[in-house]
Amino acid sequence: MLDTTAKEINRLAQDSVLSRKPRSLWGDAWRRMRYSITARIGMVVTLIIVLTAILSPIVDPYEPKLDADLDNARQPPSAEHIFGTDRLGRDIFRRIVHGASLSLSVGIVAVGTAGIAGTILGLVSGYFGGWTDMIIMRIMDILLAFPSMLLAIAIVAVRGNGLFNTIIAISFVGIPGYARLVRSMVLTLREQDFILAARMVGVRAPIIILRHILPNSLSPIIVNATLGIGGAILSAAALGFLGLGAQPPAPEWGSMISDGVPFLRQTPHMVFFPGMAIMLTVLGFNLLGDGLRDALDPQMRE
Amino acid sequence: MTTYIIRRIVGLFPVLFGITLLVFFLIRMIPGDPALVMLGERASVEDVEQLREQLGLNEPLYVQYFTFMGQLLQGNLGKSIIHHTDVTFDLKYRLPATIEMVLWAMLLGVSIGTTIGVVSAVKRNSIFDIVGMISALLGVSMPIFWLALILIYALAVNAKILPPSGRIDVAMMIDRRTGFMLLDTLLMGDLFAFVDALWHLILPSVVLSTVIMPPLARITRACMLDVLHQDYVRTARSKGLRERVIVLKHALKNALLPVVTVIGGQLGGLLGGAILTETIFSWPGMGTWTYQAILGRDYPIVQASVLVSATIYVFVNLAVDLLYAVLDPRVHYT
Repeated sequence: MLDTTAKEINRLAQDSVLSRKPRSLWGDAWRRMRYSITARIGMVVTLIIVLTAILSPIVDPYEPKLDADLDNARQPPSAEHIFGTDRLGRDIFRRIVHGASLSLSVGIVAVGTAGIAGTILGLVSGYFGGWTDMIIMRIMDILLAFPSMLLAIAIVAVRGNGLFNTIIAISFVGIPGYARLVRSMVLTLREQDFILAARMVGVRAPIIILRHILPNSLSPIIVNATLGIGGAILSAAALGFLGLGAQPPAPEWGSMISDGVPFLRQTPHMVFFPGMAIMLTVLGFNLLGDGLRDALDPQMRE
Repeated sequence: MTTYIIRRIVGLFPVLFGITLLVFFLIRMIPGDPALVMLGERASVEDVEQLREQLGLNEPLYVQYFTFMGQLLQGNLGKSIIHHTDVTFDLKYRLPATIEMVLWAMLLGVSIGTTIGVVSAVKRNSIFDIVGMISALLGVSMPIFWLALILIYALAVNAKILPPSGRIDVAMMIDRRTGFMLLDTLLMGDLFAFVDALWHLILPSVVLSTVIMPPLARITRACMLDVLHQDYVRTARSKGLRERVIVLKHALKNALLPVVTVIGGQLGGLLGGAILTETIFSWPGMGTWTYQAILGRDYPIVQASVLVSATIYVFVNLAVDLLYAVLDPRVHYT
């Protein structure tokens, strides 16, 4: 009697685990993301900014050149212009909203390019080792020897101002970080039994790299890329501030700040609001990245 | 240990070689004719040809590189295209101002950043921890040029507590001996000027320190939390040691070891941030110089500044790595 009850309980317990929907690493991560306050704030902030960037050209078609209203230049915030107006009487709130897509696309494209290029280099370097590894990693070491902001500035200075060269420069200085990260992941994965097994049954190197090694090193890449978007947006803003990035009249946030510098004494709102926009956006990505890192940590798997 | 040091120093040479190579190719990456770009569209054909000759652009690439290296080893970084001055001379004149600012920023950033990290970890989930970590997060997300402008507005324009720009009051005559303003004023024995120099240094170095302070606070906190959960800390607790002793004598040393390696990397952020900070505060250092050179397309200066920054960065990181090897008795380098 007692025996059957114990068996019964055991069976029920097993049933409940087995009948539960299987959870993947990503499913687990998603669950944890939703329970973390910081990750939730990060998701909401980035979602708002992404939606702003996508919807602003549709909801409010904007031609920066045609927006000038010199009679209302440099007005402080009011009911009509909640963030005030700039040097040419353009509504700062409107410009910030339309600048979202610029900053966001620089951040995403630059990090995407750097991430993909760095990942490929890291995979090749780590998997093949030997001379390939040696040469790739020495080049990465050399790139890492330059302070990244300075190298980005120098590249834009040489290639010419503008948004496209900003993206090139920021992607370029980002590559070695990803290459190193991915390489170290590959080095630990390469020695594991499932890779050895795959090699024994004759799976070719490109397939092993793409099907077995890459998926297993994806989560640190994603975490770094998310945090990297914030950094890339900051670098792009700095280049814009120095006048090297997107050129006027583009509503680029960094260049909007530098527009306000001569008038800092009288109308600080021209500097204040675009900076807040940058900070909020970067903060969103940083919170999201932190949340992802905690959520994807395999040691925390349920 | 000695082998490790030697190997690290030998390993430096390929990196230094690579740096010169990249810097050399930097101005050859200019689209079109570099000489024409540097002189502008309205330059005469003779001027352009003369500059091509001067830069050696008519020679084959490898000859150009050897000439470049030969000059470099003699300490010759070329001539400014706009001012026709000797770049090495200008650099020596500009460098101390930047070093002074970066050094103070580093000092502030490291001391305050690690302190916040340690206290946050020890008093985990306290008000201090929460406020500290939120500020660190905001600090990481903030553009420093914006922070600089906000602080100038608040403290220099409105409250008039601190000067908004420059290294020292323009009315003061300073004998230049070392180029370091604080040292020079002390050597002159002019205490008033010293205080004035210090006063001018506060805003720029505080702003620049925010490049490294928040990440250092976050890393220190994480390392410290990690260490505080180790068995030997529990042992120390069970022996009945006071919390102060545990934190200061047992945990701190081990927690700060990984932090040391991070500090070297942060120097890169400081050198990049110096361009922005110097430009905003009209600080007569390497950053402003580079920025003006970029605007004027004065590429030999850009080249020199990138080269020098990278070299400093590499050597400081080597020093940090060697220091780490000395500090950490657990790791045996062979």
